[in-house]
Amino acid sequence: MEFRKDFFADERAEGLKEVGHIRQRQDAVGHVTGRTKFFDDKKTTGLLHLKIVRSPHHHARIRNISTHEAERVPGVVRILRAADVPENIYTMLSLINVGIPDEPALAFDKVRYKGEPIVAVLADSPRTAHEGADKIRIDFEELPAVFDVEEALKPGAPLVNEYHGQNHFDYDGYSHQKVRLGDVERGFQEADHIVDERYQMSPIEHAPTETQGCIAVPSDDDRIDVYSNTQALFFSLDLSALILKMPSNRLHFMGGTVGGGFGGKVDTLVEPLAILGAMMTGKAVRHSFSRRDEMRAGPPRGAERIYIKDGVMNDGRIVARQMRIYFDAGAYSRLSAYGAVKAAAHCPGPYTIANVYVESYCVYTNRTPSTAMRGFGVTGVDFALEVQMDKLARTVNIDPMEFRLINAYRDGDMKAHHKRTEGAALIECVQAVSDLAGWQIDPKYRSYSSRQPGAAPAAAPSPASQPSASAPPPPPPPSSPPPGTTAPSASSRISSMFRRGR
Amino acid sequence: MTIKRGRGIASVNYPIGMNLGGDPSQALVHATPSGKFMVTLSSIDLGQGMKSVTRQVAAETLGVPIEDVYVDTADSDTGPHCMGSFASRGTHRVGNAVINAAEEARAVLLDAAAEKLEVNASDLETDGKGNIQVKGAPSRSISVMDASGAAQFEQGKTVSGRGIFFVPRNYPDPETGAMQPVTCYAHACTVVEVEVDDETGVVTMVSMKSAFEIGRAINPAMVEQQLVGGGWMGMSHALYETTEPYYPNRDHAPVDFSSYLMPGPGDICPIDLVVLERPAPDGPYGGKGPGEMCATPPIPAIANAIYDAVGVRVDELPITPEKVLRGIKGMSQTH
Repeated sequence: MEFRKDFFADERAEGLKEVGHIRQRQDAVGHVTGRTKFFDDKKTTGLLHLKIVRSPHHHARIRNISTHEAERVPGVVRILRAADVPENIYTMLSLINVGIPDEPALAFDKVRYKGEPIVAVLADSPRTAHEGADKIRIDFEELPAVFDVEEALKPGAPLVNEYHGQNHFDYDGYSHQKVRLGDVERGFQEADHIVDERYQMSPIEHAPTETQGCIAVPSDDDRIDVYSNTQALFFSLDLSALILKMPSNRLHFMGGTVGGGFGGKVDTLVEPLAILGAMMTGKAVRHSFSRRDEMRAGPPRGAERIYIKDGVMNDGRIVARQMRIYFDAGAYSRLSAYGAVKAAAHCPGPYTIANVYVESYCVYTNRTPSTAMRGFGVTGVDFALEVQMDKLARTVNIDPMEFRLINAYRDGDMKAHHKRTEGAALIECVQAVSDLAGWQIDPKYRSYSSRQPGAAPAAAPSPASQPSASAPPPPPPPSSPPPGTTAPSASSRISSMFRRGR
Repeated sequence: MTIKRGRGIASVNYPIGMNLGGDPSQALVHATPSGKFMVTLSSIDLGQGMKSVTRQVAAETLGVPIEDVYVDTADSDTGPHCMGSFASRGTHRVGNAVINAAEEARAVLLDAAAEKLEVNASDLETDGKGNIQVKGAPSRSISVMDASGAAQFEQGKTVSGRGIFFVPRNYPDPETGAMQPVTCYAHACTVVEVEVDDETGVVTMVSMKSAFEIGRAINPAMVEQQLVGGGWMGMSHALYETTEPYYPNRDHAPVDFSSYLMPGPGDICPIDLVVLERPAPDGPYGGKGPGEMCATPPIPAIANAIYDAVGVRVDELPITPEKVLRGIKGMSQTH
């Protein structure tokens, strides 16, 4: 790895004493000698093991659950069902007031994806927990399922999630997040060529070395100590307190060594039931995903389907870009409603285009709920955009590297989300790679700079697309919760997506 | 059978921190009477180096050697709130919170030193080696250890600081999408070379050459670790991985690492890296965060390189030999 200190030298102070230098990691010795402690290194006595009974169906009504046989298995200590969970219906982002409660910790009336948790068996060994789980009898009535994002949005498609009442998230009364700049139709009319394409991301696994897990231990101060590999300590603590309807300071979370996160350990899927089990039995409870759980029931990266229609001129300028993004949330929102907005905000990529039209949908299907993963909301959009850029360059017969330099955004350019560009550095990255890879470009592109206005027409929002100055004022803030409320119930936190004021 | 070579490019930017903000992180810093500092966080080190980033930032801001700082993380009883380690927010959000806290602790330390040296605190500087000295007169100095001891045992001052960093929540206009997603972006450009076997459709990585603009490389070795790992992850996403081989159909799903395809050591290629630094005005020493961004550009760059090699567009990931071969066969039938 080398530094190109010649770029932006005048914007950078040098001579720092610690920052900018290679320093040995504080945790390096522990990691390379095997002394680093992970959650599973917690030593306890009387540890119980939690095994989840999961849905074998993509979509089904639960007719009956029988636990009698399982209760008689020697070593089975306790069986948890939906009725045992104080605030069983929740949504992860209620902590930041996004979305409505739409997911049960344990399913009770129906299941919406294959692998959905229904019953938790607590037993004195992993083996007896498995044996107990095998004896749980559940009668299902299978329901029609929908797996494809566009099929799910068609009239008459099976309804995945009754809490939403439709197969998409509601964005302030719209089925999708919009981004509008200029007039794409006019841009398409002006364009020398139209390129209209479809892209499909694949769902992938975070594939951490260490699967998600935790150990919940009743502590000597009558709280629950939770040893967890969560990526977000207070996020998991607060969500657990919300689901268990308990004061958050009765939980003491400890973590900080994570055997691979990549976004998959934000969802807080193991802690609430382990804590509940520890509270109900007075014993330490271990809840850890098997590799199969991690691969099938654990959330994957969502698979976006993206349509891009571009208008491009013979000289290489992109004059209009229309994008339609379908974010496959699976059966529940988790973080996807947020991710779809992040995807919309990322359009049309790091390029200056005067006319942009984006629709970004968060769609419910009968699949394992997807979640954040390295590049959440961005990776899929960039895959589609950058392949599209290559197709455009070849359409107008311009070198793909030069084509990017022609369209790259620069300081001061208007972005599709109506903010001026600051701190751009795409041009310089392309120039640096031209040198590194020996990819020759016309000398005129050498003089391009992110800090100087470019040849691209300065995009400005048309009057019609300006944020309206006469928009109604934001609703007043809600009254504060009644005194004595230890943790707000999920229902008191309901608000529509990203609406101001909560 | 012919092995065909192609090259492809992709250039991207990446938003730093949670989209639309509203995601605070906090830090506490305190010194022992012997002038050793502890940074207390609830943030998570995923292995990406959170502890080292905050340790270096704290040492720089305090003006002390890195050995005099340790970082304690991930205990909800002692560490103040942090939103979490995701959304490329660790370096930017937590780094700023640590600077904030360290500045407050440093001010107390310099006040204590000023009282001992009988000068104004504004006339003092740290040498980064454990001493506080009068600007322009380094012989008039006191050690950090003595100043911290004096603060606590003579002056009754706590050498400590609190820090929080917060980008206010923004709300998109539902009609136009007008919004402030983030305050800064990182940038990247990647060129890959591949070889494609036109008889089997197998794609072999030849090279990956990238430039990353990341504001400030706070620890170059950890930056390199991220960029190389991200390069591998991106090529794996492009060519191998999926939990649903027949998406949206759910059948034939992998359940373990013998059925979930990933590249092995023999499948990866040399990675050449260049780093640019355009500091973010609101980044810690300009820092942004390279971790998430670097896994992205290899994916479209590989797709584009395959097209360059054999003229086949595969617009659905992963780009398996089957899809490439079907593309090649489809072309030869139309000719």
